[in-house]
Amino acid sequence: MANFFNDNPSLKFHLNHPLMKKIIRLKEKDFADKDKYDFAPADFEDTLDSYHKVLEIVGEICGETIAPNAELVDTFGPKLVNNEVIYAPGTAQNHETLTKAGLIGMSLPREYGGLNFSMVPYVIAAELVSRADAGFANIWGLQDCAETIHEFADEEIKKEFLPRFNKGATAAMDLTEPDAGSDLQAVQLKATQDEKTGEWKLNGVKRFITNGDADISLVLARSEPDSTDGRGLSLFLYDRKDKAVKVRRIENKLGIKGSPTCELVFKDAPALLIGSRKMGLIKYVMSLMNSARLGVGAQSVGIAEAAYREAIKYAKEREQFGKAIVQFPAVYEMLSLMRAKIDASRSLLYETARYVDIYKAYSFIQEDRKLEPEERNDFKYHSRIADVLTPLLKLFASEYCNQIASDALQIHGGAGYMKDFPVERLFRDARITNIYEGTSQLQVVAAIRGVGNGTYLSLMRKYEEAKVKPEFEFLKSILVDLTDQYESVVAKVMELRNNELIDFHSRRLVEMAGNIIMGYLLLQDCHRDSSYHKSTEIFIRMASTENKAREEYIRNFEEKDLGNYKILLG
Amino acid sequence: MSFRIVVLAKQVPDTRNVGKDAMKADGTVNRGALPAIFNPEDLHALEQALRIKENRKDVEIILLTMGPPRAADIIREALYRGADKGYLITDRKFAGSDTLATSYVLSLAVKKLEPYHLVIAGRQAIDGDTAQVGPQVGEKLKLPQVTYCEEILDVNKKNITIKRRLERGVETVTSPLPTLITVHSSAASCRPRNAKLLMQYKHARTVSELQEETKDYTEMLSNKPYLRIEEWGVTDLDAKVEQLGISGSPTKVKKIENVVFAAKESVVLSSDDNDIDQLMKDLIESHVIG
Repeated sequence: MANFFNDNPSLKFHLNHPLMKKIIRLKEKDFADKDKYDFAPADFEDTLDSYHKVLEIVGEICGETIAPNAELVDTFGPKLVNNEVIYAPGTAQNHETLTKAGLIGMSLPREYGGLNFSMVPYVIAAELVSRADAGFANIWGLQDCAETIHEFADEEIKKEFLPRFNKGATAAMDLTEPDAGSDLQAVQLKATQDEKTGEWKLNGVKRFITNGDADISLVLARSEPDSTDGRGLSLFLYDRKDKAVKVRRIENKLGIKGSPTCELVFKDAPALLIGSRKMGLIKYVMSLMNSARLGVGAQSVGIAEAAYREAIKYAKEREQFGKAIVQFPAVYEMLSLMRAKIDASRSLLYETARYVDIYKAYSFIQEDRKLEPEERNDFKYHSRIADVLTPLLKLFASEYCNQIASDALQIHGGAGYMKDFPVERLFRDARITNIYEGTSQLQVVAAIRGVGNGTYLSLMRKYEEAKVKPEFEFLKSILVDLTDQYESVVAKVMELRNNELIDFHSRRLVEMAGNIIMGYLLLQDCHRDSSYHKSTEIFIRMASTENKAREEYIRNFEEKDLGNYKILLG
Repeated sequence: MSFRIVVLAKQVPDTRNVGKDAMKADGTVNRGALPAIFNPEDLHALEQALRIKENRKDVEIILLTMGPPRAADIIREALYRGADKGYLITDRKFAGSDTLATSYVLSLAVKKLEPYHLVIAGRQAIDGDTAQVGPQVGEKLKLPQVTYCEEILDVNKKNITIKRRLERGVETVTSPLPTLITVHSSAASCRPRNAKLLMQYKHARTVSELQEETKDYTEMLSNKPYLRIEEWGVTDLDAKVEQLGISGSPTKVKKIENVVFAAKESVVLSSDDNDIDQLMKDLIESHVIG
């Protein structure tokens, strides 16, 4: 029996992180549900045990159902029949199986039919599903919308819609429009309120909407007719039962073909306002996007894991010049770099998930009672770090995912270019990860704030204080040097006070920061389990070389050099 | 009165992925070397019961399994998927039972669960492959029986309609209730374990298991009585000892032979179209494929 959770010790390693004790205590509000629900845990050990056991179910469904379905789902994809999106048969089976297993709405509180799982096990589940079928992971992962409804909607809406998730309701977030992609402030879809009844109606077009024909959709719309920017946008809930949206087409994509990407026309579609007017983009969508970016991080690591496994399998089986190709340095170096990048991005993934877990738990506790001053500081701190780690994660995990999928295909040689091996699908699926939910370039725009205001630097210095075993001290000293180097390069760029130049170097600076942070995270992993030491050494060697190159580029660059790069600007 | 379904299930060694140590030198199955699993066709049987439960409100599913103490795993697996209760039939005196003795014990246990409406079992277990236990239980309980069930098409107060999978087609039959059904592997696969049910029932224990536990379950069991899995032995079932175990089992193994498959002949083919064409024809003719 294939089980994607049990066959990957790294997942258990991250699930057993020491901080889980704090996370679980906060999430379970000191186990307040234990006498209310038969399935609620009584203490920390009980909760962690349940996480393990439930993830075994996820792992089994991934190994036995979702992964075996992936090829045919990719071949046939969804169809549009009578204005209805019909999933590929494998997709429908995947969804039904996960619904029966009770795995939709995992993070929702028990009172709304959820499992009340913290982010860490939820993200592990997302990684598992993505490894099995990245396209399907979108359909499953859109249960994030439930979290947004839970966080921001009125009690009445929560009571009506949230329990539907655990029974298998699908979701979509309808943000993008033909002229509003990266720039969501330009959203035009109109929301108008009937003066007498107070009911809202939506009119307009949405494009590139993943799972657009979902049961429950969250729609970003312009509720303030005279506005032109993000402050005139509100978030609405549309229920498919109202049949007021036309699915104009399903896009024909390069990858993640099982996930229907739709163009939608709203015609007097009744909708419910989520939370307050005007807060749609600036508050709710920002929060939704942060979860979605964490989701893409998990998806990227999942695809990378799948590609890496395909590459190892092929490299061991394929013989050339009388031996398995895995014996050649050119091949084993690629494989070990893939491994190191996966270990690094996975560490960043779960570190981010832990910060998100803690600040989210506080924000829910805050609804019941006032936080103590100490708790409030802790809440703010974790929220701030989560905000800078999320774009870093999305950037690195998705770029690594593309590199790893590409290298995995390369290891297959000509055979990898054919449809005969799963790696070509993984290569195509990987390509979206550094585009959607904000391109890599936009992640850099979000992350550069953490460079400018010193948040990354203070995080590095905090990691520097953590204990390491004596045998890993030499690695730590490399990271300390890299941190000093980073600090001085950042200072050099910032002191010029030229915003264009900062923008120009921003990716280099963010990547330098990311390399050091992942290096420290791997070092901490080594401290708990020395089996990570090879990946850590390989990663820090790579990071050190890359950061040196970036430093040299920046130091040898003058403001006037910018002109050379503006050939198209005249 | 609820609509009671009794599901018969067996814990078996996983003979589907056998390694070198799968057999002992004497030719018997090395149970220690193989993982113990829920017999696959019994899972199909459980799924049929769960589907009835999905469509009616009053259904109660009780799982019966006979085996050593560790067979309690099977009961938990069934609870995680939606069964309501389970009984472990266990007693040293049951050891060595053949299909006749096993069906005698199971029929006594099913009788204790009267009034029931349906008894559902897998067609056969992958360790013995006899397909005898289900039908023998039916005979002993004087129930009508429908074997090779692929799908239960309809259940009402009096009758059940079943699609049977036969060698050369399907047959639809209707039987009065109560009846015994054995389910074929072509029936729908069993649903996965449900996360909430797993968290609810993961502490379910039999009396023997509780004796082994270091953790104190007293309070938990008094608050949540559904976590107690009952065990039935010879005295609970009022069974006649001479009909049990080895003395109650007329089946005797006469001889076990090791069969080693060896390639007897080989043909070398070129990759030209004629050779491949001829190979396909030969394979179709000899019924290897098609």
